[in-house]
Amino acid sequence: MSEQSILKAIFGRLTFESFPIHEPILLITFSVVVLGGLGVVAALTKFRLWGYLWKEWFTSVDHKKIGIMYVILGIVMLLRGFADAVMMRLQQALSFGASEGYLPAHHYDQVFTAHGTIMIFFVAIPLVVGIINFVMPLQIGARDVAFPYLNNLSFWLTVAGAVLVMISLFVGEFSRAGWLNYVPVSNLQNSPDTGPDYYLWALQIAGVGTTLSAINMVTTIIKMRAPGMTMMKMPVFCWTAFCSNILAVAIFPVLTAAFACLMLDRYVGTNFFTNDLGGNPMMYWNLVWIWGHPEVYVLVLPAFGIYSEVTSTFTGKRLFGYSSMVYATVVITILSWLVWLHHFFTMGSGASVNSFFGIATMVISIPTGAKIFNWLFTMYRGEIRFELPMRWVVAFMLTFVVGGMTGVLLAVPPADFVLHNSLFLVAHFHNVIIGGVVFALFAGIDYWWPKAFGFKLDPFWGKIHFWGWVIGYWVAWTPMYVAGLMGVTRRVRHLDDATLQPLFVIAAVGALIIAVGIAAFVIQIVVSIIKRDQLRDTTGDPWQGRTLEWSTSSPPPAYNFAFTPVIHDLDAWYDMKNRGYERPVTGYLPIHMPRNTGAGVILSAFALMLGFGMVWYMWWLAGLGFVGLIATAIGHTFNYDRDYYIQPDEVARVEDERTRLLGAGA
Amino acid sequence: MRDQQLGGTARRALTLAAIPFATLLSGCQSAVLNPAGDIALQQRDIILISTALMLIIIVPVMALTVLFAWRYRKGNKDATYDPNFDHSTALELVIWSAPLLIIIALGALTWWSTHLLDPFRPVNRIAANKAVDPKVKPIRVQVVSLDWKWLFIYPEQGIATVNELALPVNVPVRFDLTSTNMMNTFYAPTLAGMIYAMPGMQSQLHAVLNRPGEYEGMSANYSGAGFSDMRFKLRGLGQAGFDQWVAQNKAAGRTLDTRTFVALEKPSEKVPVMRFAGVDADLFRRVVERCVEPGKPCMSDVMRHDQAQGGGEPNDVRAGAGMPSGHESMPPHGQKPEGAIFKDGEEKGSGPNITKPRGPGAPGSTQPASQKNRDMSYLIIPPVPGVAGTGAA
Repeated sequence: MSEQSILKAIFGRLTFESFPIHEPILLITFSVVVLGGLGVVAALTKFRLWGYLWKEWFTSVDHKKIGIMYVILGIVMLLRGFADAVMMRLQQALSFGASEGYLPAHHYDQVFTAHGTIMIFFVAIPLVVGIINFVMPLQIGARDVAFPYLNNLSFWLTVAGAVLVMISLFVGEFSRAGWLNYVPVSNLQNSPDTGPDYYLWALQIAGVGTTLSAINMVTTIIKMRAPGMTMMKMPVFCWTAFCSNILAVAIFPVLTAAFACLMLDRYVGTNFFTNDLGGNPMMYWNLVWIWGHPEVYVLVLPAFGIYSEVTSTFTGKRLFGYSSMVYATVVITILSWLVWLHHFFTMGSGASVNSFFGIATMVISIPTGAKIFNWLFTMYRGEIRFELPMRWVVAFMLTFVVGGMTGVLLAVPPADFVLHNSLFLVAHFHNVIIGGVVFALFAGIDYWWPKAFGFKLDPFWGKIHFWGWVIGYWVAWTPMYVAGLMGVTRRVRHLDDATLQPLFVIAAVGALIIAVGIAAFVIQIVVSIIKRDQLRDTTGDPWQGRTLEWSTSSPPPAYNFAFTPVIHDLDAWYDMKNRGYERPVTGYLPIHMPRNTGAGVILSAFALMLGFGMVWYMWWLAGLGFVGLIATAIGHTFNYDRDYYIQPDEVARVEDERTRLLGAGA
Repeated sequence: MRDQQLGGTARRALTLAAIPFATLLSGCQSAVLNPAGDIALQQRDIILISTALMLIIIVPVMALTVLFAWRYRKGNKDATYDPNFDHSTALELVIWSAPLLIIIALGALTWWSTHLLDPFRPVNRIAANKAVDPKVKPIRVQVVSLDWKWLFIYPEQGIATVNELALPVNVPVRFDLTSTNMMNTFYAPTLAGMIYAMPGMQSQLHAVLNRPGEYEGMSANYSGAGFSDMRFKLRGLGQAGFDQWVAQNKAAGRTLDTRTFVALEKPSEKVPVMRFAGVDADLFRRVVERCVEPGKPCMSDVMRHDQAQGGGEPNDVRAGAGMPSGHESMPPHGQKPEGAIFKDGEEKGSGPNITKPRGPGAPGSTQPASQKNRDMSYLIIPPVPGVAGTGAA
């Protein structure tokens, strides 16, 4: 055995050349990340926080803590995804005529791929799942989710996927095949490098996490509602979370299967999606979009739920048309299955097929329109308090309708023939995702932050955050709508026609305004933590809330509710307040709770090892990861120490403290 | 104070939201909104009609949002506060039926326009009031997307060009499209909507160009490193001009035979216009059937072979009944791909970092700041026969 083949056996295809030391942008980023990371590690060590983090957070099965960790992951990845966005905007603003900009195709193609992948899989999904995780069990009066340990595992698998994507920045390279890793670009012969492998393994690992989490949430909503809470007395946010997770359970396996076939193509030499030997790339497009279009609703339905809760609370009114809201949600859930082909009308399906999918797509706008009207008439005869969350609702309604309109326009096949793959399309989906999902997530964070931490977020920086995003969005994306109508297509690195440059410069300015919004968001959090005593809320109900999460303390105790509430009406907490609810202060019983476990962290570490080993063809490492996964999973089944009881005296201590705070506040 | 802020909020939001519509209506300079081809023109009309239809809903919604947000603000003591107003059958009826009516109208428009403007359907009119003259024969163009350039074959004229498409105005044209490797979309915004060119498959596009002039065409679907510059010139010419253009091609002298095509097929970018006086008449079919390279069997041959080898029982539903028995199928297309897992040692490759300058010569011989380093495919462009300097950036 030569020295070289020993090295190959150990390191697979990893060599010194795999590190992008020729790329100054990456080198600088790398050093900043390393320095920042070392700083955090040093601080954690200095303040002896490792044990605390491990015991109280990393191994926690408490749905509230897991939800908060999801949101932190989403925010961190948002910064990465947004950095990619700024790089693209800068490249497109510079690269006209003789100027090639500053990014070579090789790098630019990775940037736009990473941007899309990260923003959907590691920003939007973690933020949505995180908020559902935190809020939903509280809203249905449960003490935790149905499978607390699975919840922890889901989170850490998502983290493992995110870590793998981040590793690809500094070791080897990421995919250059677009955010859905399209074949034929990602076929082995067209991309023999590590890019598509990083993509596939990261998303498979994270995808397993998302699927498990969705199963968990669906079960929780079906089985763990408080007594009296029938489905039609459930808060709208829970309904949307329910439909969203049903969709996720149904679609993620499709994506997993499509990715598995592509993995087989790449690793074993099968021909599912190859150009030759009977493979068909179009099949891959169908499969990923059968996942991809419902995925839009997986994200936007909970967003609609957040808007519903916020609107109802800040108008001081019951939600207008609750049942029509629920039916609209269910209808959207079903219809979202019937529209995937509208992503490729131009692939040559017949006119009848195109018309079917076009009209099915338009039909979705009917329940969506009904929802908009419902929020509108909730505001009607209300008493609207324009606190931070409510501002996002108004901005959403004015922004989202435009995105909805361009979406229906794109659903008309002859219109799509000229707008498909154009910047008009890109502007459309940023319009609905930023204006619909992202605004909702910020509204949700502003709204439920006091519940999670016991103090409100600083309103001054919140307003800058708000205006930065709203103005930034319009400045950045209006020019892109226009560019699309001028016939400019997407994913272009360089344009010849210099008369288009002003549009891209305006868009870049818009991105910078959004950057101000993001900076203000981070500052808002830091300032609020510093000023937490001024912003403190001791009542647990700072917004005059209407749903159950506001009936408990902020932050809620580990067991959420000392006594399981009994529900008589929609808007349960509003109903309880109206009927003179008295908080019981004695007679506590032992509370059965799940015990923390480190198995999720360990399993995810092995999954990461497996993924990294497979990406680099280090078969021994992959094997080790795989064996570790199986062994840990089996080993964990022998762990019988899964639960414990919180004793009545402990409950009494916590509840008495709350009684004292409530008394002091009153 | 808060009320004033909100008023500002509402006004600004409304102004900002109005921008797209204003630009939509005023952007007459654009290829999409002021096209030179009748199909694109009809598609433009569909965009405008649909937008107008939807604005019937959108504008009132936006206006009401602002109005309600303003009127029912907490500080306004004149507004009614009715915390229990949560249902109204009449309103519910309106909010479901108004969008429904719009979608019915739009759905009807969609159904007929999709069938009328189906890219596979031959055009039946030259312009709004001008039917196709049955005596005029449509011109045929075969389009092949290569990595990363466009090949246009004119089978009737027996010529071919790279990255230049010329069409006689007011003559219907039929494109047949395919691709050698990547999936691209053929898109000349001024002519007609886009359609995918896909390997091993053939798609079609019918269109007509009405105004002479020079236009832009491109691939609109990302297809790898050289995608951004995968553009072609579309020239609309009068009949005389077109004949002259054909003659100019005929004078180019070179023939696009198999050998030339195989060389041309290799990845290259920013390829200048190339002209071929002659072209292998069967070339396009062989591209679709993936058998241009000598020795590769065509897809139809493989299928016929497989069919003959099969049980010959078309009604046999058992699994694999239609498959060839044993190992007697045709030799596969070229070399069978080998998965990464079967490779060892040297074959694995080292995961090269391609941004590293690959220049020939000793280390340091490439200038660190040179644009050439930034151009990923610069150094790996194979020479295209007969054209000097395709490698130039």
